[in-house]
Amino acid sequence: METTRKKFNWRRFAIASLVLYIVFLIGPVVGLDIPVVYAAIKANPLQLVQFLIIGISNGAIIAIIALGYTMVYGIIELINFAHGDVYMIGVFTSLTVLSLTGTLESKDPVKIVFGLILALIVSVVFCAVLNATIERLAYRRLRNAPRLAPLISAIGMSFIIENIGLMWAAQAWLVPSFGTTGGASQKVFPDMLGILFTSLGWDVNLLASSGIALRLTIKDVIVIVLAVALMTGLYLFVQRTRLGKAMRATAQNRDAAKMLGIDIDWVITATFLIGGGLAGAAGLMAGLYNNTAWWFMGFRAGLQSFTAAVLGGIGNITGGMLGGFLIGLLASFSDGYLNARWTNALVFATLVLILLFRPTGLLGEQTGQKA
Amino acid sequence: MNKRLFALLSVLVLASMVLVACGGAAAPAATQAPAASGATEAPAAATEAPAAEAITLKIVSSLPMTGSSLTQTQTIVNAMQLRLEQANYSACGGAYTLEYEAWDDASAALGKWDPAVETENANKAAADTAIIAYLGTFNSGAAMLSIPILNAAGPLTMISPANTNPGLTKADKDLPGVTDSRYPTGVRNYSRVVAADDIQGKVAANFVKSLGATSVYILDDQELYGKGVADVFDATAQEIGLTVVGHEGIDPKAADYKALMTKISTSNAGGPPDAIYVGMVVDNNASQLLKDKFAIMGDNEKVKYVGPDGIQTQAFIDGAGADTAEGAYASVAGVALDKLPPAGLQFVKDYTAKFGNLTEPYAVYGYETMNVAIKAIEDVCAAGGDPTDRAAVNSAVFAIKDFDGALGNWSFDANGDASLTDMTFYQVQKGAYVPVGTFK
Repeated sequence: METTRKKFNWRRFAIASLVLYIVFLIGPVVGLDIPVVYAAIKANPLQLVQFLIIGISNGAIIAIIALGYTMVYGIIELINFAHGDVYMIGVFTSLTVLSLTGTLESKDPVKIVFGLILALIVSVVFCAVLNATIERLAYRRLRNAPRLAPLISAIGMSFIIENIGLMWAAQAWLVPSFGTTGGASQKVFPDMLGILFTSLGWDVNLLASSGIALRLTIKDVIVIVLAVALMTGLYLFVQRTRLGKAMRATAQNRDAAKMLGIDIDWVITATFLIGGGLAGAAGLMAGLYNNTAWWFMGFRAGLQSFTAAVLGGIGNITGGMLGGFLIGLLASFSDGYLNARWTNALVFATLVLILLFRPTGLLGEQTGQKA
Repeated sequence: MNKRLFALLSVLVLASMVLVACGGAAAPAATQAPAASGATEAPAAATEAPAAEAITLKIVSSLPMTGSSLTQTQTIVNAMQLRLEQANYSACGGAYTLEYEAWDDASAALGKWDPAVETENANKAAADTAIIAYLGTFNSGAAMLSIPILNAAGPLTMISPANTNPGLTKADKDLPGVTDSRYPTGVRNYSRVVAADDIQGKVAANFVKSLGATSVYILDDQELYGKGVADVFDATAQEIGLTVVGHEGIDPKAADYKALMTKISTSNAGGPPDAIYVGMVVDNNASQLLKDKFAIMGDNEKVKYVGPDGIQTQAFIDGAGADTAEGAYASVAGVALDKLPPAGLQFVKDYTAKFGNLTEPYAVYGYETMNVAIKAIEDVCAAGGDPTDRAAVNSAVFAIKDFDGALGNWSFDANGDASLTDMTFYQVQKGAYVPVGTFK
């Protein structure tokens, strides 16, 4: 049917004007003073590149965690609140593996590389199994219950895992550097990549010898490379493989997929396994990048990643990646050019703005068809 | 944590034992149960009441015990219990039994003190008439919430071992009426045994100048305490001629601060400032902030890192790593542990004998708050009053003058501030805080 010519949307126009008005009115208070920011960029353009590097590295970690949220939401429309905490367990798992294999004290490059690879494998496997176990214990039986029930049990699982992290961080016999101050405080995740590079006689800053006043550390490079590899792998897996196809079918219409002989339970378990594995990998990456293990780190990471997933369009894997990078960059630029006090407000204001104009996120939602 | 885990496990084991016993023979289970429950409880007075007719007076503490501050608060609770044990859990010659409960005002959801939990604690204390003293809080923001609630309940006296925000006790000229909203009944019920931040921030700015710094960048955690001390530091620094390059609040839960530190590294005419002052508590990511500062601007010799008492805890060093924290400074009200007066030294000795090595600075303040509470109860009895009367106990607290406590000889003023103004600076050396000087 031919529709009439689209009418000018006055309501949307009014909202847009209001938003612009508020931005320009409150902007200078927040530090969003465009001439000042422009002058700062002009005075030191290289620093802009520096903020870009920091933003992309942080965004890569957020993006990988966001994938776990978005995949699970896409397939069973559940916000897995425990996901951020699975990532936190990933940090502790890799730190424990590095400690138990003696990698933390080692200065031998071969041993460090071997230890890091082992930590990656163990962390991925452990978090995958943990995530699938959470699904089996807390979500599966509630799959057909009202939507709020699994949401509440997800919050409950999140608290349980946070407390496991709290106890884990007190076990100094596993990792001696945990010390005697109990599990509540932040713990050091040693800078293994820095130690590895120094032991090889190279500078941690890859641009140190070039004379450019930029810090592109080996940590940034490894985080970004690993993140892009994981994301590409996941994308190809979902688009090209049989199981990936089954996942997409289940996401579109669970009952129809079942009728076609797809083992729904296995597909959902596989989704949780992959999401958990990604969180485990992100755990090791974040530990190496930020050098911190903390029982509470999953909460904020989860919040940011969930925001990233919504920003990109929940259920949409490419959208999750885009959202992650976007949030990383926004936070980095806000810290760099505005007052750090407002960084969170800015990130969430951007989310609100984007959802006002594109309620399904930047790249659109991909969830089941509503009957 | 281990202690709690152990307590939880033992409760579970005992519960299952009782259940098994109930299934078999009922009689032995009944005799076992009371002894068992006594063993799992915290060392409360219930099990060692001296006389049947003694009236129970309850003292509670409200401190954050979920989160990084636990390292400090656990020592405060230990010290309070130690003082009670020394008093044999009784007061006024055995006429009253003292009972103590350590309440947690933090929640797992926040990982630090939670406004909702602190308000709940204060309301709970207000409603329980057996409670005659409320020892806390640890965070100034928490005290701001509970003071008015407890003020309207008796008033119930509140003695803090650690709040340092000046606005809690002092009249604020710029904000008329603030005093009234804090103390709705018009009677003061809040006192503290620690010097406030109008002293701490001022001394810290002078200290930074004495280190040879001419420029400083100030960061705070946007809480009443952290921002309060940072603001005093800011004002004093400008007065004494330090260049304040910038003053920002940070997101206390961010994953990292590399971008912020990159900005600071060129903020002082293209280079880094001489010093960074951080007004914050350790729960608010102080270790991560230092780590990122170290990665971008180098060690604490090049760019000094100075903070208030909120980061003077081993948890801060453990979180940042000994190498990274090396050379960082933190100030704490009072003198170094080994410079305490005889009563304080005796406390350190007793504490060490019972709980092991003591390095945290706030334990002695916890001991002193319990000291004050017991002294007030005894004073009320001595004057022929009734220590179950909250108002009487509160007036007795404010009447304390020339008190010979573990912190020295001191008095409360009319605002509830103790006449203690010493400020000691500590520096991280080889993974531990070492006192480097005491200032006034």
